[in-house]
Amino acid sequence: MSDGTAVGHAPEAHHTTTGISHNKMLMWAFLASDCMFFGSLIWVYMVYRGRSLEGPYPQEILNIPYTSVSAAVLLLSSLAMVLALHGIQHGNMRRFRVWLGATAALGALFLGGQYFEFTEFYHHGLSLEQNLFGTTFFVLTGFHGTHVGIGIIWLVTLILMSLFGRLSPADAERVEIAGLYWHFVDIVWIVIFTLVYLIPY
Amino acid sequence: MVESALKLERARYERSALVEWLTTVDHKKIGILYFWTSLAFLLIGGLLALLIRTQLIVPENTFLGPEAYNEVFTMHGTIMIFLVVMPLNAAFFNFLVPLMIGARDVAFPRLNAFSYWAFLFGSLLLLSSFLFGAAPDGGWFGYANLTSSRLYSPGLNIDFWVMGLQVLGVATLASALNFFVTIVNMRAPGMSLMRMPVFVWMTLVTAVLILLAFPSLTVGLVMIMFDRYFGTNFFNPAAGGDPVIWQHLFWIFGHPEVYILILPPMGMISEILPTFSRKPLFGYTFVVFAGMVIAFLSFGVWAHHMFAVGLGPVPNAVFATTTMLIAIPTGVKIFNWLGTLWGGAIEMKTALLFAASFIAMFTIGGISGVMHASVPVDYWQTDSYFVVAHFHYVLFGGSLLAIMAAIYYWFPKMFGRMLDERLGKLHFWLTLIGFNLTFFPMHFLGVDGMPRRVFTYSADMGWDLWNLVASIGAYLLGASTLLLFVNMLTTLRKPADAPADPWDGRTLEWAIPSPPPAHNFDVVPVVRGRDAFWIEKYGAEEVVGPAPERHGAESGHNPHNSGSGNEVGHGSSAGHGQAAHIHLPPPSWFPLTTAAGLTLMGAGMVVHATESLASLGFPIVGLGIAMVVVSLLGWTFEPIHEESHA
Repeated sequence: MSDGTAVGHAPEAHHTTTGISHNKMLMWAFLASDCMFFGSLIWVYMVYRGRSLEGPYPQEILNIPYTSVSAAVLLLSSLAMVLALHGIQHGNMRRFRVWLGATAALGALFLGGQYFEFTEFYHHGLSLEQNLFGTTFFVLTGFHGTHVGIGIIWLVTLILMSLFGRLSPADAERVEIAGLYWHFVDIVWIVIFTLVYLIPY
Repeated sequence: MVESALKLERARYERSALVEWLTTVDHKKIGILYFWTSLAFLLIGGLLALLIRTQLIVPENTFLGPEAYNEVFTMHGTIMIFLVVMPLNAAFFNFLVPLMIGARDVAFPRLNAFSYWAFLFGSLLLLSSFLFGAAPDGGWFGYANLTSSRLYSPGLNIDFWVMGLQVLGVATLASALNFFVTIVNMRAPGMSLMRMPVFVWMTLVTAVLILLAFPSLTVGLVMIMFDRYFGTNFFNPAAGGDPVIWQHLFWIFGHPEVYILILPPMGMISEILPTFSRKPLFGYTFVVFAGMVIAFLSFGVWAHHMFAVGLGPVPNAVFATTTMLIAIPTGVKIFNWLGTLWGGAIEMKTALLFAASFIAMFTIGGISGVMHASVPVDYWQTDSYFVVAHFHYVLFGGSLLAIMAAIYYWFPKMFGRMLDERLGKLHFWLTLIGFNLTFFPMHFLGVDGMPRRVFTYSADMGWDLWNLVASIGAYLLGASTLLLFVNMLTTLRKPADAPADPWDGRTLEWAIPSPPPAHNFDVVPVVRGRDAFWIEKYGAEEVVGPAPERHGAESGHNPHNSGSGNEVGHGSSAGHGQAAHIHLPPPSWFPLTTAAGLTLMGAGMVVHATESLASLGFPIVGLGIAMVVVSLLGWTFEPIHEESHA
């Protein structure tokens, strides 16, 4: 127990009771909490569904083909995320960076699409204040978009870290955890897309 | 020359002591910060309670006007729930949980520091409303659309409330994530789930409740914020919005919140009663599972706060049933505590007196709770003083009495000094008498129809006597609380001579010195059963599991583990683990700056709602965001394994 002479590595620094790392467990617990966050937002959307007193109404304004494409873009980004993780897990940092870059780019494309969609709706007279649809739609999809945006910043940080040599294949789990978040945000979009766009009003 | 150099040296040293507290990531120091901060807020919340009781001491009193009265009762409730009971629980989570599970810190020490600073700054944001004469005045429940429309709440009052609570919500979520991971992932070898102290169990259950219940409050607050700031229609009936939605969101959070306030205190007395009965907790498994059942059911009872809203007979009947069901696991716990005391070698210490009075007082509050679980009875009692009596019996008679017990029990561990027992017993009796004088008469006032939240009453209602009694009780209660502070402050001036294990305790925190060293355990303890330290001291009378294998290369290096289980933990080491190089995370400024940035965002929103400075609002929000982003980047790239101690 004297200075420096003790065993080299602290075993408890690497060992956890469950064998799952602290960081990964933190992410799972956070996602459970985030489920309740989106659950509450979606619940309020569903309660107010079809209860706007004046237009524009969703059926007049939602462009399902357009949003289907942007949904597909977001889903593709999940595939790119899987490939990026596969890259770093197998020590192929080039493949990791390319696919993680693709993930972030697809995410950005989705956000750009959302920006365009929001502007389009706004020109059709739909705003936060206009009616219950505007209120609930913009807040729900806006919070989802914020999640995507935070995810993009996270992915770009990981790419930059790997470029500056601060992320190696030994840190593959950090990418895996970012991936958990990214896939979760995708799954939430599937739910929102189904409930907000696909089910007829 | 030499002297001035010495002075300079001293100044440097003193400043670094301050810096040490500002940058600490040690769970024990953070626990102590939570402890004193929330006790200071207890004085503020208590003072507000005395203002309420002074206003009501005689009929038609003019001590406080109706506006001031609204602010006072709103802030009293908000402070006591979010700034006193929750953070006092957090003080004990922080100080005790790592010690009880044999860990050196929490899973995320810097996140832990962030939780504290966000709690402190969020609280100060909320309290700063007093300086602007705009304290929140919409009740702690903030019912929409009174709170969501600037038409009905034009001042900054509700803005302070919405922003302060959002900052506090982030602090709470971060803390819950941290303790969830810590308890699941950082237990000492052999500390299986069913060997954990009940306090650790209740912390775990509380963390899960926070993770699942707080988002609903966050979403509700975000909607109120959007309605107030951006003209949305969430709770605007003119556009088809429904204010009752807020009530659902609030109470889906609000009822689990009640158990967030009471489960940790239940855990505390489940540690204290066995120690002073010199018996293991009766029915450990039942107590643990009852806690989980309570937590599960708590998500299915929220609408009992809304019986009078008019949800219809079917929802009301369903929620009445689920609410009554909660009495079953709660009753199980009460009988287990009684079973623990039964036949025990009871030591009448102050901590035990508070813990035992918890059982009695909480039972009274529990029974009145079952009464208004019945819908017709609730129609009669709702919004009356009967409800005020009920929840003070569970939150003061329950939570706070148990926390008082915890203060007397763990103060020696936290500060190395024993609180004075004679002063403690005086404090206890005055508290018990003052509490019952204050709140028992409110049952009578309530069934007689005296409404809550109304600043005065007419002289011909016949409510004078019991209001007078309640007010006298409240002054007594205030005086008794001062005795606690006198006791603590005089004790802190005495030499730190508390033994490591003053009460003959059962759990691991008593195995190490009082106060514990920075690294907690010289060697990571090995746990061989429930009441781990008791087994080390006295051997096991009942069935104790085999000593666990140490993981990895260390197994086999530990001859003590194969022993019969009779060795006494010697000196400062608990159990017998291996010595290893101990890494302690270095201090960090980033938790504090992140929390400050977050609070700046909230403050900017309040500024935006002012008339004269509105244009400054969003720039301040932007500054806050920038501060959070820069701090988080610094946080991410800060090395965390530099310092090492032995």
